[in-house]
Amino acid sequence: MKVLKANQWQPLCAISDLVENAGICALVDGEQVAIFYLPAEIPRVYAIGNHDPIGKANVLSRGIVGDIKGELVVASPLYKQHFSLLTGKCLEDDSASVPVYEVVLDGDKVLIEV
Amino acid sequence: MEKHKVATQKIVVVGNGMVGHHYVDQLLQQNLNVEITVIGAEPRPAYDRVHLSEFFAGKKPEELALTTREFYHDNGVKAHFGDAVKQILREEKAVVTASGRRFDYDKLVLATGSYPFVPPIPGSSHDLCLTYRTIDDLGAIKHAAEGASVGVVVGGGLLGLECANAIKNLGLEAHVVEFAPGLMGVQLDEGGSKMLRRKIEALGVYIHTSTGTREIVAGDACKLRMNFGDDKHLETDMIVFSAGIRPYDQLARDCGLDVGERGGVVVDYHCRTTDSDIFAIGECASYGNFIYGLVAPGYRMAEVAVSQLTDTKSVFKGADMSTKLKLLGVDVGSIGDSHGRQEGSISYVFSDEREEIYKRINISADGKTLLGAVLVGDCDDYDTLLQYFLNGIELPASPESLILPSVAGGAPKLGPAALPLAATICSCHNVSKGSIVDAIDAGCCSLGDIKSSTKASTGCGGCSALLKSVVDYELEARGVSVDKSICEHFPYTRQEIFHLCKVNQIRTFDELLEKHGSGKGCEICKPAAASILASLWNDYVLKDKHAGLQDTNDRFLANMQKDGTYSVVPRIPGGEITPDKLIVLGQVGKKYGLYTKITGGQRVDLFGAHMSDLPAIWKELVDAGFETGHAYGKALRTVKSCVGSTWCRYGVQDSVTMAIYIENRYKGLRSPHKLKSAVSGCTRECAEAQSKDFGVIATENGWNLYLCGNGGMKPRHADLFATDIDDETLIKYIDRFLMFYVRTADRLQRTSVWLENLEGGLDYLREVIVDDKLGLCAELEEQMNAVVGTYQCEWKTTIDDPEKLKRFRQFVNAPEAKDSNVIFVEERGQLRPAKDEERLDIIAKSA
Ligand SMILES: Cc1cc2nc3c(=O)[nH]c(=O)nc-3n(C[C@H](O)[C@H](O)[C@H](O)COP(=O)(O)OP(=O)(O)OC[C@H]3O[C@@H](n4cnc5c(N)ncnc54)[C@H](O)[C@@H]3O)c2cc1C
Ligand code: SF4
Repeated sequence: MKVLKANQWQPLCAISDLVENAGICALVDGEQVAIFYLPAEIPRVYAIGNHDPIGKANVLSRGIVGDIKGELVVASPLYKQHFSLLTGKCLEDDSASVPVYEVVLDGDKVLIEV
Repeated sequence: MEKHKVATQKIVVVGNGMVGHHYVDQLLQQNLNVEITVIGAEPRPAYDRVHLSEFFAGKKPEELALTTREFYHDNGVKAHFGDAVKQILREEKAVVTASGRRFDYDKLVLATGSYPFVPPIPGSSHDLCLTYRTIDDLGAIKHAAEGASVGVVVGGGLLGLECANAIKNLGLEAHVVEFAPGLMGVQLDEGGSKMLRRKIEALGVYIHTSTGTREIVAGDACKLRMNFGDDKHLETDMIVFSAGIRPYDQLARDCGLDVGERGGVVVDYHCRTTDSDIFAIGECASYGNFIYGLVAPGYRMAEVAVSQLTDTKSVFKGADMSTKLKLLGVDVGSIGDSHGRQEGSISYVFSDEREEIYKRINISADGKTLLGAVLVGDCDDYDTLLQYFLNGIELPASPESLILPSVAGGAPKLGPAALPLAATICSCHNVSKGSIVDAIDAGCCSLGDIKSSTKASTGCGGCSALLKSVVDYELEARGVSVDKSICEHFPYTRQEIFHLCKVNQIRTFDELLEKHGSGKGCEICKPAAASILASLWNDYVLKDKHAGLQDTNDRFLANMQKDGTYSVVPRIPGGEITPDKLIVLGQVGKKYGLYTKITGGQRVDLFGAHMSDLPAIWKELVDAGFETGHAYGKALRTVKSCVGSTWCRYGVQDSVTMAIYIENRYKGLRSPHKLKSAVSGCTRECAEAQSKDFGVIATENGWNLYLCGNGGMKPRHADLFATDIDDETLIKYIDRFLMFYVRTADRLQRTSVWLENLEGGLDYLREVIVDDKLGLCAELEEQMNAVVGTYQCEWKTTIDDPEKLKRFRQFVNAPEAKDSNVIFVEERGQLRPAKDEERLDIIAKSA
């Protein structure tokens, strides 16, 4: 469970640093966070942990994004499991999941909740 | 008392022919506690005798091989070749070989096959009197044919005619001398035999029937002279005896086992000889006083013999000897009682002397069942007739309709639905319709799946059409409208998507999805679309519109490794590299701490590059004149070459120049799967071209082109597609081939699998590429030229574009930082990723 706390938004980068329909990676307090930019969706940005718990490497930001039966996902570039961009759950393996972070767009800036 | 799991049983198999090998193969699959020893008289492991004649069409012994010494070794089988068993010591349960080695057995398996019968005619032991059974025999025939002008085959049976064909193809005047009044007397009735003779004579083979040879003496015009019984004679430069086979049963005779009237080791329905610890299988065995001279019954015997060592024992109940084959290009089929000898049998005959077609069926007196059939000149009805025969299916009211030419509507074909589950579809591997249905129920949903799971149609291939119709029917019956959709976002195959993009000039994924798909795409359709769009329009793959479609490898133009770092592979066309460039590779490796390894494709792979170092690495490589090697893409990878005529004393063409030309021409071509090629400077084939998607081998007169080979998990030898073609034709054919593949293959389908699934196979491919049957060649070439003309080195384009370079930052907000999860250790003077234990250790120490 997530402990409720006052939103503290930390600026990460500019929208122009993002890649359309794909991910990039940012360092947030020492953690690697994968940020995906899907201009046609609402919201337009999503953030989950970059570490693939199955492939055991920091690679999720480099996967292909898309949907599986409507659920937005990224496919790990190592072994192709899908992780939900909304819940962080792995679709193929109940026991695997990655953290989800709150991100918002503020003008042309990307902010993340810390 | 019953013996329980005895320690290790020693199984000795004598003879490593087709059946002996099948026995070992089946036995290995049982995973029993046995120690297998194989002793083969021939100098090489088992090979495909059935396709022996292909040796003359250029197949090498390795290509006919059914197994290898390595396979036996890796599976713990002790194999000894080139040594024959000379004696069986039944009391001591041991065998002794000609070279004096002794092997103890618990169970002995005789799989010694048979040898060609050479009639005791005076002179028949002359050096130029040969036989047709082994690879060595064929080598001798080839040798004898050099400088010869006439060749005679004694024996007009199935093998004799096959041999006559070979002799004719070696450029000799071919004669067949047969003692009986007709050809193929065992399989054909008189009418069929006559029609066959007519057709074969028209092909320029001389046939002498009812002719016995009295003696063989030295000739005048030729080396030998055959004097016949009737004072006629024939001069020839060689004689091949193919007058029937005799089982190798001497071993059995010597140790007192029973042998049959016509030879052969007598076995019961468990394939046991009169000594219960000795089995006999294949052509050396006599079951019910009959020797089964075909490979399929031999395989059944092998399986039965293996089953005696397990809990589920099966029995051999004889086998069907129906055959369908092409002899000198003539289709011949024989089913069951072809002569109509059974009591009360009624026959229908159809004979067309203009088209030279002969067909006959023999049916039971009550008109209900098919007893036998003969087909010459047209075997289209064979499959249907065989099913009627094998399964006792009731004949239609007018059975003649089964063989009458289709004037309107055609003969009633026996649909797959009408076949009972017990119907044998593939007799080589004994696969019934039932097991195909089971395989489908267990999840197989394509012809390819069925083939690999049941082995159906992987023997002689004669049943492929029937198999396909059964599989299609069964799949459809299950409502599997054979869903070939590439993923949930597109109800189309890759091939259909290719077509849609091409016809509708679609240039982006978004447009494709909007017009023809649904949802947002996924990791299956996006890269497939990217590849199709690249094949069609050849845009820069990292163009904003395309970047998100690419697999990570394509997106970062490098190959991701297990720890998230990348490997870098610059192109080294044809494997030719200057010392200066080699030095640059070394310097770059050193500077960026990369692990370096030579690849199988004659280039250098640099591992362990951080994503953020890729641009700098490539800047140095591009400055030194390197281009991207597309190792990350489903694209042309490498064109290997040997040094060819430039350096090698055997080379007949300049293979390196050709390889470099080919690699430069097709580099950058995006395709359904990776593509590999090679060029060898002569038939010694040092570049291993026959294991490639397209391989080129130099000949005295030009090049031979081989297509659709594959190494990897399921190796496949490439098929010889065209011979002695010049440079221009070679490139033209490759252009057409590659584009045709790119257009029609499924996603991630290598050329080998593509060809196997291509209806009509190699012949069809030839029609498309050489004869331009589809009228497509000009378009294919044009498309290839467009791709070749728009080539760009993706790395060069990328390092010239600061915007694109930004994407290689490891962290958008910490450009200098590296992935701390990437930890290397040293091994043999280079870096490699740390293993889990090592990693914990390192982290603990640094904490
Ligand atoms: C040219 C040709 C074409 C053919 N075409 C067809 C066809 O189209 N369809 C079909 O079904 N069949 C065909 N056949 C027949 C088929 O090849 C045989 O039925 C099959 O090979 C029999 O297998 P086998 O293992 O019993 O005998 P083989 O394959 O002959 O193997 C026996 C092996 O045992 C070895 N051996 C013998 N004695 C000893 C000993 N004392 N110690 C150690 N080793 C020994 C022999 O050297 C040989 O290598 C063809 C045969 C030939 C020659
Ligand atoms: S294939 Fe022929 S030309 Fe090439 S290296 Fe081998 S022997 Fe020499």
